[in-house]
Amino acid sequence: MKIPSNITTLIAGIVLTLVSLWVGKNHGLLPVAASEEAALVDGLFNTMMTISTGLFFIVEGVLVYSIFRFRRRPGDNTDGPPTHGNVPLEILWTAIPAVIILIIGVYSFEVYNSMGGLDPMAAHGHSMQQARKMPGSAIAATLDENTQQAAPTPTEQIADGVGASPDKSANPNLEVNVTGLQFAWIFAYPDSGVTSGELHVPTGREVKLNISANDVIHAFWVPEFRLKQDAIPGRTTELRFTPKTVGTYPVICAELCGSYHGGMKTQVIVQTPEEFDAWVQSQQEVASAENLDRALAINPQAMSTGEFLAPYAGEMGITSDTLEQLHASHHHQF
Amino acid sequence: MEPADLAAREHEESGTNWRKFFGFSTDHKVIGIQYLVTSFFFYLIGGALASAVRTELATPDADFVSPDLYNSLFTIHATVMIFLWIVPAATGGFGNYLIPLMIGARDMAFPRLNAVAFWMIPPAGILLMSSFFVGAAGSGWTSYPPLSIINGSKAGEFIWILSVLLLGTSSILGAVNFFVTILKMRIPGMGLNQMPLFCWAMLAASALILIGTPVLAGALILLSFDLIAGTAFFNPTGGGDPVVYQHMFWFYSHPAVYIMILPVFGMISEIIPAHARKPIFGYRAIAYSSLAISFLGLIVWAHHMFTSGTPAWLRMFFMIATMIIAVPTGIKVFSWLATIWGGKLRLNSAMIFGMGFISMFVVGGLSGIMVASVPFDIHVHDTYFIVAHLHYVLFGGSVFGLYGALYHWFPKMTGRMMNETWGKVHFALTFIGFNMCFLPMHKLGLEGMPRRVAMYDPKFTALNVVCTVGSYILAVSTIPFLVNAAWSWLRGPKAPDNPWQALTLEWMTSSPPPVENFYKDPVLASGPYDYGMVNALVIRQKMMKGKEATTERKTPSGIPLNQLKASDLLGGSSSIVQSASDAEVEAQTLQDEDPMLSGGPNSVLRAKPDPEEAVNPDDRQDS
Ligand code: HEM
Ligand SMILES: [Cu+2]
Ligand SMILES: [Cu+2]
Repeated sequence: MKIPSNITTLIAGIVLTLVSLWVGKNHGLLPVAASEEAALVDGLFNTMMTISTGLFFIVEGVLVYSIFRFRRRPGDNTDGPPTHGNVPLEILWTAIPAVIILIIGVYSFEVYNSMGGLDPMAAHGHSMQQARKMPGSAIAATLDENTQQAAPTPTEQIADGVGASPDKSANPNLEVNVTGLQFAWIFAYPDSGVTSGELHVPTGREVKLNISANDVIHAFWVPEFRLKQDAIPGRTTELRFTPKTVGTYPVICAELCGSYHGGMKTQVIVQTPEEFDAWVQSQQEVASAENLDRALAINPQAMSTGEFLAPYAGEMGITSDTLEQLHASHHHQF
Repeated sequence: MEPADLAAREHEESGTNWRKFFGFSTDHKVIGIQYLVTSFFFYLIGGALASAVRTELATPDADFVSPDLYNSLFTIHATVMIFLWIVPAATGGFGNYLIPLMIGARDMAFPRLNAVAFWMIPPAGILLMSSFFVGAAGSGWTSYPPLSIINGSKAGEFIWILSVLLLGTSSILGAVNFFVTILKMRIPGMGLNQMPLFCWAMLAASALILIGTPVLAGALILLSFDLIAGTAFFNPTGGGDPVVYQHMFWFYSHPAVYIMILPVFGMISEIIPAHARKPIFGYRAIAYSSLAISFLGLIVWAHHMFTSGTPAWLRMFFMIATMIIAVPTGIKVFSWLATIWGGKLRLNSAMIFGMGFISMFVVGGLSGIMVASVPFDIHVHDTYFIVAHLHYVLFGGSVFGLYGALYHWFPKMTGRMMNETWGKVHFALTFIGFNMCFLPMHKLGLEGMPRRVAMYDPKFTALNVVCTVGSYILAVSTIPFLVNAAWSWLRGPKAPDNPWQALTLEWMTSSPPPVENFYKDPVLASGPYDYGMVNALVIRQKMMKGKEATTERKTPSGIPLNQLKASDLLGGSSSIVQSASDAEVEAQTLQDEDPMLSGGPNSVLRAKPDPEEAVNPDDRQDS
């Protein structure tokens, strides 16, 4: 095997590295990162992009170079050199992928951990119960002392730069119960009794979603948060994150759930804490003006699908026909 | 080639006609071609369904078909592509056709079982297609409960289960046959390490079929009980657990992707050295990495379930296990590149599809490492990024490889050469269409387009239109292939026995081979990839002379092996033909006393004659 002259290799290597690094930073493939966790995932993706770009160009480069350089010349019917292998080379290219996956593996592990994916406290106390209660916990972040003692009070202020990472969550959770059903999402705020078809969350505060489904499997996905969790009927899964950037982002169902799966979407509205509190208040007022009892007793699980769908059906373009069908099929099923 | 010989062969061929392809033949070559033609037919159907899917996706609204029908379209598209095209074509088709020829056997170990395995496929396929009349299954090819239990028509879902069960059974029967054939029916002198690499790959894939498919069958049978008998294995309303189904399903279906890619890896390992005119680089590394992939493939299934509420530690385990697969896969890719490097590439259709395979598969492999990473997969799971990834593996990988294999073995199978120009047109269209169709999907997924949706956010329209145009180019790209294959089969120029001067045994018999494959039992005259060491043509000539010298040609059964000595063929004990070509000079410099350091024929990575079993006495004495 002829190895091209050192200088050329060196220059090619440098160019390749620069290009890979550039691509890793400037691929522009991801939407805005609206949660603290999203930035971590993006860092990971950028690194993987850099490495992949390098490997991609090495492989394609060898192929393209070979097409020109090693093309059979007309009239030449001889064979190439009988190279059967090369153990040092073989070891080298076993080691390179091994090192690369080691890097990506450790990095992924770190990111996962700081997203609260691993739960080091799960072995004792509170978290243990938590874990048992929610066997499918998705991102079961650590609950440190603060979280455990402080009752969630919506008005409490947030410290600067605090994320959902287990070691830093000084703020109480905002808990939201999320229910997926064909073909809508229901968000219930147990602390304030508010129920909504859109998810409102304040910036800077750690949000914990308890996700479940009424009928089939759905998946809660907010691309801008880089977070996804299946909503599985018969169990509760959870997702924790800290919204960062004010804005309105889509909430998408990512698991096939029936005919109108593609239409099963709503919005998450990330607001400043003040706006959020105002929203909660306004919702409570509306609810109490309408029917106080109902607002307090609201519980998605206890309501029939039809009752729930009604307010959102218009938005989603569901006709009364589909609603009827849906209703019927639910009675049939349960 | 002697004219007399040709005439004799013509005679033999005329006894067998096209009708045998429609009957219950037990000839592995007939069965192999039956598999290939049938599965290619289903590929066209699957492709038509894909075009319908892409047409729907040309606009953000569900306007071309109803959302229900859309769900059926992609469900059946995937089922057809996997169970009726890639699996039967790669294992059933090429496996059946090539394995006995490559190991010098006269047929498969269980010829009748083989025919039964094939004949389960057409009814299963017709069943599946006919389910469109009752409302075909529409819960994705994964068919997750509880959706699959309550979604749409029960008849459609039940037919889907039935047909996948049939296809799974067929695949198990085939795998048993490959396993026994490869292990038991090799000609003397061919130890495992002298087998062509395709045989290694089939061994690895068959093991996966045997271990995985029964679990899928179990899952589907339980699912059918939930569906029709009202049990609640997977139905939470009755206390069942839908996640258990996912585990059982993926326990098969992750290995299934290796069932679809390993045989193709094997084909690439045949095609690349033959057309690069160089020995495969690192025979042993490639052979054993197939086994490693096969083993690792069994312990990574839950990487499809990172968002299914899988416990954190388990996700970490499956992440690491999945990433480790990159190592044996990387070994293969680098070895193929090293095989190409410094060769004398004949850039014909088979070779460019082979190189196209490497270049596209690598993209799927890299995005595969990405999705193995849990935090990243949480973002892209069930999005178009996955659709892109899986098509780079299955289409850019398996389908490109299968096309390469079709061009490579077409002369052997039909006795005719294919047209090269149209082959290249075919490649160009496929390559452009494929990348146009699937490359943009990466971005779509990352930006927020979920998979399996008939309607999507209008901001994704532009990229989707590009994808759809790409899919139409892909649809058109099959036309040159079909016309070329049909025309060449009927009128193409007659193919010589060994048009590529390859060294594996299937090229040592006529094109197409006679009923029991060889006129007399073949002997291993060289390693499967000893290009550049022995002049392939010299061997070939001597082989033919040996063949003509024997009068028992028409009754191949009773010839004692020792009538033809390998040393006769080699013209001496030295395997390197002396000549002063550049290649030889280079070969000298590659040689090193130490087999660990040698790049040449002395290398430990070479498939050396097995000292226990070698036919050639010289090799036996070697060590
Ligand atoms: C002929 C060109 C092809 C085109 C245009 C095409 C297009 C598509 C599209 C657009 C989807 C996504 C459907 C959706 O999520 O809504 C899809 C899914 C899929 N395709 Fe293809 N495809 C092609 C070939 C293949 C091949 C050769 C395979 C090989 C096995 C394959 C296997 C799959 C699988 C497994 C899925 C997943 C289906 C699901 O989500 O249940 N496709 N295809
Ligand atoms: Cu959905
Ligand atoms: Cu998998």
